[in-house]
Amino acid sequence: MQQVIEGYRQVAPAMRAEGDTVVLDANGVYYQQLNEAIRSAVSAGARNIRIENANGQRYIGAGLRARDLRIEVHGTAGNDLASFMDGPTVEVFGNAQDGVGNTMASGKVVVHGDAGDVLGYGMRGGRVYVRGDVGYRVGIHMKAYESLVPVVVCGGKARDFFGEYMAGGVLVLLGMNTQFPGDPIAGSFLGTGMHGGVIYVRGDVEPWQCGKEVGVAEASDADMAELRPILEDYCAALGLDLDEVLAQPFTRIVPVSHRPYGKLYAYL
Amino acid sequence: MSATRPRYAEEAPFKIHGGCGLAGICDESGKPMSGEQIILAMAVQRDRGNGLGGGFAGYGIYPEFPDHFAFHLMYHDEQAREETEALLAEHCIVDLAEPMPTRPVKGISDAPLLYRYFLKPLPGELERLEMSEEDLVVRLVMTINATVDGAFVASSGKNMGVFKGVGFPEEIGHFYRLEEYEGHTWTGHNRFPTNTPGWWGGAHPFALLDWTIVHNGEISSYGINSRYLEQFGYKCTLGTDTEVAAYLFDLMLRRHGLPLELACKALAAPLWTEIDRMPEGERELMRSLRAVYGPAMLNGPFAIILGFNGGMVALNDRIKLRPLVAARAGSVVIVASEEAAIRAVASEPDAVWMPKAGEPTVARVAGMPWPIHGDLHLSPAEVSCAVLGTEDVCDEAVEVSA
Amino acid sequence: MPATFIQPEFRVKIDYDKCHKCGRCVQQCGWGVYDFNERPIPHDEKCRACHRCVTFCPARCITIERNPLAYRDNENWSAPLRKAVWKQAETGGVLLTSMGNPQPYPRIFDHLLLDACQVTNPSIDPLREPMELRTYLGRKPDAVTVEPDGQGGFRLAEGGGVSRNIELATPIIFSPMSYGSVSLNVHKSLAMAAERCGILMNTGEGGLHEDLYPYQDHVIVQVASGRFGVGPEYLQRGAAIEIKIGQGAKPGIGGHLPGEKINKEVSSTRMIPQGTDAISPAPHHDIYSIEDLRQLIYALKEASGYKPVGVKIAAVHNVGAIASGIVRAGADYVYLDGFRGGTGAAPAVIRDHVGIPIEIAIAVVDQRLRDEGIRNQASIVAAGSIRSSADVAKAIALGADVVAIGTAALVALGCHVCQSCHTGSCSWGITTQKPELTRRIDPEWGAERVSNLVHAWSHELQEILGALGVNAIESLRGSRERLRSIGLDEQTNRILGVKPAGM
Repeated sequence: MQQVIEGYRQVAPAMRAEGDTVVLDANGVYYQQLNEAIRSAVSAGARNIRIENANGQRYIGAGLRARDLRIEVHGTAGNDLASFMDGPTVEVFGNAQDGVGNTMASGKVVVHGDAGDVLGYGMRGGRVYVRGDVGYRVGIHMKAYESLVPVVVCGGKARDFFGEYMAGGVLVLLGMNTQFPGDPIAGSFLGTGMHGGVIYVRGDVEPWQCGKEVGVAEASDADMAELRPILEDYCAALGLDLDEVLAQPFTRIVPVSHRPYGKLYAYL
Repeated sequence: MSATRPRYAEEAPFKIHGGCGLAGICDESGKPMSGEQIILAMAVQRDRGNGLGGGFAGYGIYPEFPDHFAFHLMYHDEQAREETEALLAEHCIVDLAEPMPTRPVKGISDAPLLYRYFLKPLPGELERLEMSEEDLVVRLVMTINATVDGAFVASSGKNMGVFKGVGFPEEIGHFYRLEEYEGHTWTGHNRFPTNTPGWWGGAHPFALLDWTIVHNGEISSYGINSRYLEQFGYKCTLGTDTEVAAYLFDLMLRRHGLPLELACKALAAPLWTEIDRMPEGERELMRSLRAVYGPAMLNGPFAIILGFNGGMVALNDRIKLRPLVAARAGSVVIVASEEAAIRAVASEPDAVWMPKAGEPTVARVAGMPWPIHGDLHLSPAEVSCAVLGTEDVCDEAVEVSA
Repeated sequence: MPATFIQPEFRVKIDYDKCHKCGRCVQQCGWGVYDFNERPIPHDEKCRACHRCVTFCPARCITIERNPLAYRDNENWSAPLRKAVWKQAETGGVLLTSMGNPQPYPRIFDHLLLDACQVTNPSIDPLREPMELRTYLGRKPDAVTVEPDGQGGFRLAEGGGVSRNIELATPIIFSPMSYGSVSLNVHKSLAMAAERCGILMNTGEGGLHEDLYPYQDHVIVQVASGRFGVGPEYLQRGAAIEIKIGQGAKPGIGGHLPGEKINKEVSSTRMIPQGTDAISPAPHHDIYSIEDLRQLIYALKEASGYKPVGVKIAAVHNVGAIASGIVRAGADYVYLDGFRGGTGAAPAVIRDHVGIPIEIAIAVVDQRLRDEGIRNQASIVAAGSIRSSADVAKAIALGADVVAIGTAALVALGCHVCQSCHTGSCSWGITTQKPELTRRIDPEWGAERVSNLVHAWSHELQEILGALGVNAIESLRGSRERLRSIGLDEQTNRILGVKPAGM
């Protein structure tokens, strides 16, 4: 009887050490075994992990809490990358699928390719940097609390609902490394329902793109002073040229009210 | 009544809820590829299904019979087979009849008897019945589904076939020995039904002639979509969104003569705010499409792949509530619910992108006709019956045609 | 013998310790309840419980109570029936009343519940994501016809799309209430609100006052059997024309606006002499059959440059067949008015005993038009006691394209549903022509209140759609799968096309 083609096998990934780096070969390995291997390595003291041949394995980095942990993913990271993550740094050399940084608490995600829909949903801290395009509903309901201020920087273009009901943090959209040079930098409903935080867009946005709850203005010098260190860090992480990023003025988008729907309701 | 068809009835009275995964691969140059490719694409999306339904459609897979209709049959028993074969022989020359090549696979059980037939209408039959060969084929499918207990036609197009059943897709693909086929276009489906249908015919793709449809998501507008179709004579009895989508395409493309691109725009209509920003001619067109086909709009999350001999079209809902990723590698277009499925087939494609909401992703095979079945003259009830073979639909349809 | 056996329905109680003796109540009451002799003295028998005095009393010292007078128990001979007999014995008259049927017939809307999404399909956030209520009122083709545009795309073929439809921002319009039955300030309030909300008001059968000309693109002009104020200019000014056949509160009955309500302005708007009774015959005497209706529809289209023409009927037993005939006669919409629909004046026996519920009428007509394959040819407007956005959603789910609200809009303007419109003395200045009363409504204030209501209901509709997981009203329209019933019998469920809860 011939072997059934399997997408993933439920076997532990091949593991080897390169210096202080633990290297896991994810080729054809089911996500549960892969993530189990990551957790075991972390428990055993590993602080540098490299995953090779990743293709769609879900939940990489999910729930991990070691602040000094670094995970490199080579290949396509699956859904819910770094979800509920609190501390580690995950760097993807490839694209990431949907749900990057879902409800992430702290740490850093760097994606050298594109990322999918619903990136940074409910993110409460940490940073997500994407070099290329992102999908729909990015930065949706990001929130800030005291010292926790999440930051998402997307280097390409974004689809509809960017920063939808954003409650805090900083969302940056650069529109630079994109597959869609002819498209507007963001889709419709930019910042719809936004009631906290700030969105910076490199270049202009049209009024039709924005939700009615936001105010749009050119970024001031003070704004740029706030933004600059973020962009410096972003460019350093992705090997990009800061001067080129700063060569165009930025637009600052903020909510006009912290209670956008205060007038919607009548109390019985 | 055999045990095969009553299982439809279990599915029929309720709206069936479920999620899924899907993939489609099309080589626009028409170059054949092994069925192993689509299995690979589906296998990495295993977690999107629950083992209660998997299936594939392949196009260009029967080059030795390019002008024959390939009938893929599911039988409950030998008697069903005998009756069906007698029916086929009445109207057709069957140039090859054989059991479907399969292999035993762990996890696949209770398979029906599976046969395939390569057939053509008897000489003079079309003239005698005064119908096109496509009409004849659909009526045959309908008659089998309606009158032969325990028989179901899984597909009936030329040079294509549907391979589906209860199991995970990779198991189903392996069971049907898909790696032994080569086709220019393949679609695959992984089902996550929230009830427990155990009927092989209920898996995706659904097919009629060379049309196939696979679908992921949940259409929240099912209630009005099905009532709208009933207005045109279609009977929605399976309670699945796929059935509704199949009929809507039939209505708009075949009966209303709408171009495929516009049919997609009616099903996943742009928002009014977008329409209001369009240049005048386009705005008026879209305004009319929405006003007229409002009840046809598929509202709620979905991703769908329509397959046919000329290629495939993938479509997403209007605010992108279901995932869909597309890629191109040379002349090959790949679409899937997850990028991993694409990279399982082509590790370094030229481009990978996420199609916009409501924006169809089209792959056209060079030299193949674009799908408008102009010479089909069937009533919606006949189409319903042929696709589904549910009893109440077919009784009526048969009556109409008698 | 006493002048009447009928005892007052209400008691006006004044707390004289708190009373400022300011006389505001005397001044506010349209019914003449109060005399003033050092302090207000109420005459209970005149009170309609409209709360005008209560609302405006600066001391908040007035309250209205039900007269506790006991009647010997008799479920069959209720007190109102006994009073009705006394009234007729005294007068020999047909009992006249107003507003909608108040009797305790079942309210089907209150037996229908809406669905919501959980897990298998997502609800949609109505505040942040698009939630489209835009609705097109009018005839639509079955299919859109296109032709290649020569650049690889397609364009509409000549006549291949939707034309002569009215775009509504939300599927709620105002029902016809004539100038005469209501005041000009009410008409202005509704017209201004219609413009602000992107919807329509309806003149009713009393013509279009020139003060409403600026809002004419948001006005349906009605043509009823009395043809008041109907002329070519009137027809050409309206956004659409409506032939009124019947009214839910008084199916089969004409209208009668007494001469005392025909003041100078009403007279000029209706184009009849001041002080003359304005009588609407029961039927249109040019419509004795369906082919005559077709003749009138096309006459109006010809005269108006092919404006959409709708036909308003009361929901009666055979409403499905009637509506089908209306659509086949060329109507662009069918307006169904259920048996609870309001009126400015109607015989109580008709209001309370004739017609069928709007819920049933919507279900039957929508299904009938679908069965006949003509559902696209006309829109369905449903009215007759749409009391809340929940009723709107349920009516639309049953199959209505648009709902019309009359009473709800008047309530927004202050109406307390005291059912005394026919007296012409409305204390709230709504259903009266007395200048000292009509000026109580400032059109600007009125427009804002009515707009607020429409906006609030529209927001609530969006909440409902979001919970249902759809983001356009057309995905709810006719989607009876999203309704379940509780406490309705099997046959009613079948007629409504709705499953009971649990199925």
